Amino acid sequence: MRRYLWLRIGIILVAILGSLTYLYPPPGIREYLYGPGSGLARKGGLLPPTLNLGLDLQGGIHLVLGVDVDKVLESQVERAAADIRGSLEKKGIGVAQAARQGTMEMVVQLASPQSWNDALTVLNEFPAFDRKSTDQSAGRILLALREREAATQRDLAVRQALETIRNRVDQFGVAEPTIQQQGENRILVQLPGIQDPERAKALIGKIALLEFKMLDERTSVEDALAGRVPETSEVLYQRRVDKETKVERKIPYVVQKRTLLTGAELNRAEVQADPNSPGNWQVAIEFNAVGTRIFGEITEQNVGKLLAIILDGNVNSAPRINERIPGGRAVITGQFTIEDARDLVIVLRAGALPAPVKILEERSVGPSLGADSIRQGMLAIIASALVVFVFMLVYYRLSGLIADVALGLNLVILLATMAGFHATLTLPGIAGIALTIGMAVDTNILIFERIREEFRTGKTIRAAIDAGFSRAFRTVVDTHVTVLVSAAILYNFGTGPVKGFAVSLAIGIAASLFTAVFFTRLIFDLLYTGRRRIQTLSV
Amino acid sequence: MLQLFRESNFDFIGKRRWAYLLSLAFIAAGLVSIAFAGGLRYGIDFSGGTLIQARFDQTVAVDRIRAALDQIKLGESVIQEFGDPREFIFRLPLAEVPAEEVTRRVQEALAKDPALGKVEIRRVEFVGPQVGRDLQIQALYAVLASMVGILIYVAVRFDLKGGVASIAAVVHDVLVCLGAMSLTGREMSLPVLAALLTIIGYSVNDTIVAYDRVRENRGKGVKKGLSFAEQINIAINQTLSRTVLTALTTFMATTILFAFGGKVLEDLAFVLTVGVVTGTYSTIYIAGALIVDWTAWVEARAQRAKKAVAKAGSA
Repeated sequence: MRRYLWLRIGIILVAILGSLTYLYPPPGIREYLYGPGSGLARKGGLLPPTLNLGLDLQGGIHLVLGVDVDKVLESQVERAAADIRGSLEKKGIGVAQAARQGTMEMVVQLASPQSWNDALTVLNEFPAFDRKSTDQSAGRILLALREREAATQRDLAVRQALETIRNRVDQFGVAEPTIQQQGENRILVQLPGIQDPERAKALIGKIALLEFKMLDERTSVEDALAGRVPETSEVLYQRRVDKETKVERKIPYVVQKRTLLTGAELNRAEVQADPNSPGNWQVAIEFNAVGTRIFGEITEQNVGKLLAIILDGNVNSAPRINERIPGGRAVITGQFTIEDARDLVIVLRAGALPAPVKILEERSVGPSLGADSIRQGMLAIIASALVVFVFMLVYYRLSGLIADVALGLNLVILLATMAGFHATLTLPGIAGIALTIGMAVDTNILIFERIREEFRTGKTIRAAIDAGFSRAFRTVVDTHVTVLVSAAILYNFGTGPVKGFAVSLAIGIAASLFTAVFFTRLIFDLLYTGRRRIQTLSV
Repeated sequence: MLQLFRESNFDFIGKRRWAYLLSLAFIAAGLVSIAFAGGLRYGIDFSGGTLIQARFDQTVAVDRIRAALDQIKLGESVIQEFGDPREFIFRLPLAEVPAEEVTRRVQEALAKDPALGKVEIRRVEFVGPQVGRDLQIQALYAVLASMVGILIYVAVRFDLKGGVASIAAVVHDVLVCLGAMSLTGREMSLPVLAALLTIIGYSVNDTIVAYDRVRENRGKGVKKGLSFAEQINIAINQTLSRTVLTALTTFMATTILFAFGGKVLEDLAFVLTVGVVTGTYSTIYIAGALIVDWTAWVEARAQRAKKAVAKAGSA
């Protein structure tokens, strides 16, 4: 069967040249194939430079964060409770209680049931809430946040968190990070090549809510710690770690609950040397126009009092206001190392997270382990390729050699396809390649065994080859389909590294259809047909 | 010309009782081992927890590491040497402490003991309880889905009987793999699951090759008067060398992966290797035999029914 011989040779040549171009693109073409900036990709090493390596091979950190959306709803309900109390009291309606219950509900207890109808009119101004149950005789109303409103808030919180984390990562400076939403309230963060995963985690997970509140100087700390705190105040702590002993000290402060100003009004933040404490660093901040005006008012009204600067619920410092500060500038001090101060600047610039995030899954691999994995994985691939190569050569002689060339072609196409599709090679993916080596020659074994069998029944060389290929082909497709079914399911199920296994296995198996059937058939046709054909079958 | 089996004519089907016995013994041994271990051992992927891989710059004693880790009270940790006397993995159960704290505390605890020298944290894996549960459920679905997928494919391509027998052989292979894992003290992790799913797809391969041969032989009308059992036996023999050879090359690749692929891939390579062996065995000894027995059972029942009808008619 010498039909379309030149066409088939052409297809093979195109496949080889295309693969090599994708694996080792010449300078001008690299940008075209892999987009601008791809020239920065890592230098060769054992693997072709265009292959996209997984975090387990190049080192890096993989995080799945859960956004605690309930916290957002809780604070929304709490704010609304305060607003409702204010609106009712403005109308002269006494309120005994207006407080959050659970995550999405709120109890409003009127001082007397007489003002019932007026109270209901006021509550109509809060359409985000549904009246869940009412008890007129007791003057008690149970409100619930509407599900649609809650859904909007949850969604908003997750998107805001995503945006904030993206900003922080950008400022931290990571090449090619992945930050995306996963499911309803999870965020996937992948940072390749990170040297200090602990620092990256702290940076991403920090809420970074900066608040300015007045100290409650009328309540003594002793009273507050004994539980005698006014409803409008609370005890917060300043945490100081002794640099020598590493022991943490907690200094209590009584702070008014009302937030006067937050980090949302910041314009700038930068690291400065702390003039009062050599060797330590501080963060200078500058408010935007709104913040500057509010900050001016606060300082004007509270001269001589103590202002608490609170970061994520911990008192950072509580300086005394000496005079009105008009320029909207302040400093945050706290015995920072330069790294602490830099990270604080990053999170302040990027803004606070709308809700706490929790690490649900973490996988981080140091660069040295990644390099070891590549070395060992490549060793396994090369060794299994060699063993299979020799086996095929010894068992099938010339035909074995053809299968070996097909195997090499298979590996080249496999790697090139992965590079071309920007698929990620992971450590299990390397295992998938090793497995492909074993399975790719299976196809040739099926064909060769069939050819031998046909030849034994007395067919001519050409008839045996024809029959062998066509009979074996159906079986080959069958066996490929079942492995591909498994790989597809694995791909859908898996997380990063396992997905990589499914990808390399699937591409390798699919490529073996091309190399072990199409390519070997072509070589057989070239060798055993035509004018200068080989007269003895070497299978 | 090298040839593994020339015109082989082994009586696989005739010896099927022995094969069943061997398989049952193997599976039973595995199940007993699993039962004694209190169930399959799940790695942190499924059970949740923290795994830390650390390398010290000198050889250190496990006791010293344990003493250091005991101080931070993060629950009962497992400490294992990992391929090198300087390299260890620690497994810590899920704790109240937030994930970002665990690594830092471990690092601090190890730094406190000067005898341990410098330590490099090379890998951290933390899986929270939610993610672990999600993965367990997804894993179960994935295994079921791939079996159903293969059942449907074989049933459509051949017949339902073949499909069910293939699945039985696949279940056999999975059970053998799980038993072998338990006997060698290996854990169920994501890469191991990947290996099991691959084996599910791979094991059915050779079975399909043999079935295909049965059908082809029928089409050619191989000697009349052969019983179904004999037809199957001939097909298995005819495809024997390719079944064994294809398994052999895959076996070579997975064994080398097991030996040289590094500690992280060891479990995955182990399951693949065991799976290739049992997959081949089940193709030769189990899958065909099950169809033979099933067919015999269906025929016997049909005949009994016929007799019963005849009796009822004559009465």
